[in-house]
Amino acid sequence: MGDLLRLRDVVVQKRGRRVIGPIDLTLLDHGPTMVIGPNGSGKTSLLRVAYGIERLTSGTVDWMQDTPMGRAFVFQSPTVLRRSVADNLAYPLQILGWDKAAINDAVDDWLVKIGLEKQAKTPATRLSGGERQKLAIARALIRAPQVLFLDEPCANLDGHTTREIEAILTATAQAGTKLVMATHGMGQARRLATHTVFMLDGQVHESGGADMLNGAAQTPQLTAFLQGDIVT
Amino acid sequence: MNDILDGLIAAFWLVVSLDPELIQISLRSLQVTITAVAIGCLIGVPFGAYLAVQRFRHRRLVISIINALMGLPPVVVGLMVYILLSRSGPFGVLGLLFTPTAMIIAQVIIVTPLITSIAHQAMRELWAEYHDLLISLNTTKWQRIKTLIWDGRRNLLTAGLAGFGRAIGEVGAIMIVGGNIDQVTRVLTTAIALETGKGDFALALGLGFVLIALSMIVNITIHSLSRTERDGRW
Amino acid sequence: MMRLIFTMMISVWGTFAVADSMRLAVTTSFDNSGLADVLLPQIKADIGLDVQLLVVGTGQALRLGAAGDVDAVLVHSRAAEDAFIADGHGTHRTEIMYNDFVIIGPQSDPANVRSTASAAAALSAIAQSQAVFVSRGDDSGTHKAEIALWDDVAFGPWYRALGAGMGATLNTASAMNAYTLSDRASWLNFANKGDLQILFSGDPKLFNQYSLIPVNPAKGSGINHTQALALEGWFLGKTAQQMINTYKIMDQPLFVYNDNSSTQ
Repeated sequence: MGDLLRLRDVVVQKRGRRVIGPIDLTLLDHGPTMVIGPNGSGKTSLLRVAYGIERLTSGTVDWMQDTPMGRAFVFQSPTVLRRSVADNLAYPLQILGWDKAAINDAVDDWLVKIGLEKQAKTPATRLSGGERQKLAIARALIRAPQVLFLDEPCANLDGHTTREIEAILTATAQAGTKLVMATHGMGQARRLATHTVFMLDGQVHESGGADMLNGAAQTPQLTAFLQGDIVT
Repeated sequence: MNDILDGLIAAFWLVVSLDPELIQISLRSLQVTITAVAIGCLIGVPFGAYLAVQRFRHRRLVISIINALMGLPPVVVGLMVYILLSRSGPFGVLGLLFTPTAMIIAQVIIVTPLITSIAHQAMRELWAEYHDLLISLNTTKWQRIKTLIWDGRRNLLTAGLAGFGRAIGEVGAIMIVGGNIDQVTRVLTTAIALETGKGDFALALGLGFVLIALSMIVNITIHSLSRTERDGRW
Repeated sequence: MMRLIFTMMISVWGTFAVADSMRLAVTTSFDNSGLADVLLPQIKADIGLDVQLLVVGTGQALRLGAAGDVDAVLVHSRAAEDAFIADGHGTHRTEIMYNDFVIIGPQSDPANVRSTASAAAALSAIAQSQAVFVSRGDDSGTHKAEIALWDDVAFGPWYRALGAGMGATLNTASAMNAYTLSDRASWLNFANKGDLQILFSGDPKLFNQYSLIPVNPAKGSGINHTQALALEGWFLGKTAQQMINTYKIMDQPLFVYNDNSSTQ
C-alpha cells in the first residue's frame, strides 16, 4: 500500500486558456477514488492528464508504480471498435500478444459477465448505449488492470444498467483494482468511494476520505454542492 | 449520334465474337492497372494511416504536397519515367522501357498520391474516433496503424477503387513509356487512341464501351465482395 | 488475392525476356498504311525475328533512336536522317521504298486546287484564297515535307498548326472541311473522310522516301544491332521487294520499292 501517482503543479492550457490547475494531488494505490464536481470543473481533464492521454502544459505527473499495461480507461461516451462484440473484447489482449486460445477463454468469460454472449458476433456499433458501456468496461477489465480510470461511465444510462455496472466495479475494486472515477451521481459516489476529490473551477477544491460526502465537508462550496446548489 | 450507335454495335460484336485481340488487350489493361493499384495501396494505405496517426514537423506540408501530386498530368509522369528508363537514362540498363513493367511504374506514380490522400482522409476520421481508446491501451504506433487499416478497410476500398478508376482510363503516360506495341504493351486506352487516329470512331468507341464495362464490373465485383463479408455496414 | 497479384507480377516481369526481338520506331504514316501487318508475320516466318513497332512521329522516332531506346528507325525525312547519322546516332541509311503525299480538301474546292499544275502552285492557291489548311505541326516527316513545299506565302489565321498525328489531323480536317497534306496510305485507310477527297497528287516533289537506319550500337549496351542488320538484310531481299510492290489498298498500289543499287 502506498502512493499510486503524484501530480505536482499540473496545469493544462488549451488555446491559451487554463483548463485545470495548478493542481497538487496524490492518489493512493488502493480504495476507489471518486472525483466529483460541477460540469466544467475539470474532472475529465484531471483524469485524462493523470492517465497520460492528454499532455500537460506544465508541472509533473509521476506514476509511483510501473503499470503501463496494467491501466485502462473507460470514457464517458464509449468508443467501440468497428468490429464484433467479441473482437472488441479480444483487442486489448491481442495488443499484448496473447495466444488465441487464451484470448477466446477470456472473451467468453467476459461475454457472460456482461450478458452479451448472444451478441458475440454482432457489430459492436449496433449495441445500445448501455450495452456499449458495459462492453467498454469489460474491454478495459479484460486485461485485469491494476488501475482503472472511468469518466462518468453511467452518464445517460438507466438505473438497471447503472446497477449492473456498479456491481462489476465493486467486484473489481474488491479484487484489488484501483478505481479512479469521475461521477455526477452523488449516490453513486457515496456507494463506491473510499477517497474523494472535489473539483471546482479547474482546481482540487477539497480532497479526503469518503466521509467528505457524508457531513464531513470542510468547505462551504462542497457543502452547497452536496446539497444540490449551483456552485461556480 | 450515329457514331455512338456504331460504337455500341462495334462493342457488341467485339464482345460477342470474343475477339482474341480484344481479350488480350483487356487482360493486359487489367493486369497493368491492378498491379499498379495493388502496389499503390501497399504504399499509400500505410502512409495515409501514418500521416493520420503521427504528428511531425512539416506534416501539413507533406499532406499538401501529396494533394498537389494528385493533379500530376499523366503525360508529365510518362515523360519523366521515360527519361529515367531510357537506355541513355539512369535506369536504362534494366531494359524496362516499352514493357508492361514500365507502364506499371508510371501508373504507380500516378495513383499513389491519390490513394494516399483518400486513405489519409478516411484514416483521419477513424483516428479521431479511436484516438483516446488506442492511447489508453498503450498501443504502439504500428499497432495503431494496423488497427486503423483493418477497421477502416471498407473506406480504404474507396481509395483503391479511385486509384483503379484513374489508372484504367489513363493513356498519356502509358503511351509514352509503353509505346503501344502490338501484342506487348497495347492496352485498351492506347488502342482507343490508335483507332481514333485512324478515324475509325466506331471501333474506338466500341473499345471505349468495353473499357467502361470492364471498369464497372470490377467496381461492382469489389463492392459485392466487401458486402458479403459479414452482414452489413458498421 | 495475393496469389493473383503474384501471378500477375510474374507474367508482367516475364514479358521482357522475349528472345530474338527488336524494336523498330516507325512513323504513323507507315503504320497507317497497314503494310506492317503483312510484312511483320513474313519477317517472323523468314528469319524468326519478332519486330516490335513503336508508332510515333519522325521527330520522336529519331529521339528514341538517339537515346538508344530502339534498335532501328524507319522514317521519311531526308534532312533529319542525314543529321541523325552525322551526329553518330545511326550507322547508315538504307532507302527502302517510297510512296507519295496527296493534297486533301473539300469536294467544293474553294481554292480551286484541282486546276493547279504543281504542288507548290496548289498550296499557293490555298494561301491566296485563305481557305483553311490544317498542318500536322508536330515536327514529323509529313510536317517537314509540307513546310518544304510552301513558297513564300503569308501565313495567317487560315493556317492551323495542330501538333497532332496524321489521324488526328485528318479528323480535324474532316470536321473543319479544310485542306491538308497527307501521305496516301494514311488517307486511304482513313475511315472518317466526310466531305474530303484527294484534290492534287502526282508531283514528284510529293514523293515520300522511307529509309531504314540501324541505331549505332555504341549508344547503349542493350541495342540489338545484329537484329537490326538482319532486318535490313530482309528488306533488301526479293520477298520484301515483291510484297512492297504488290501491296494495295482499295486496289491502289501504295509503295514503290527502291532499286537495291540505290542503297548507300
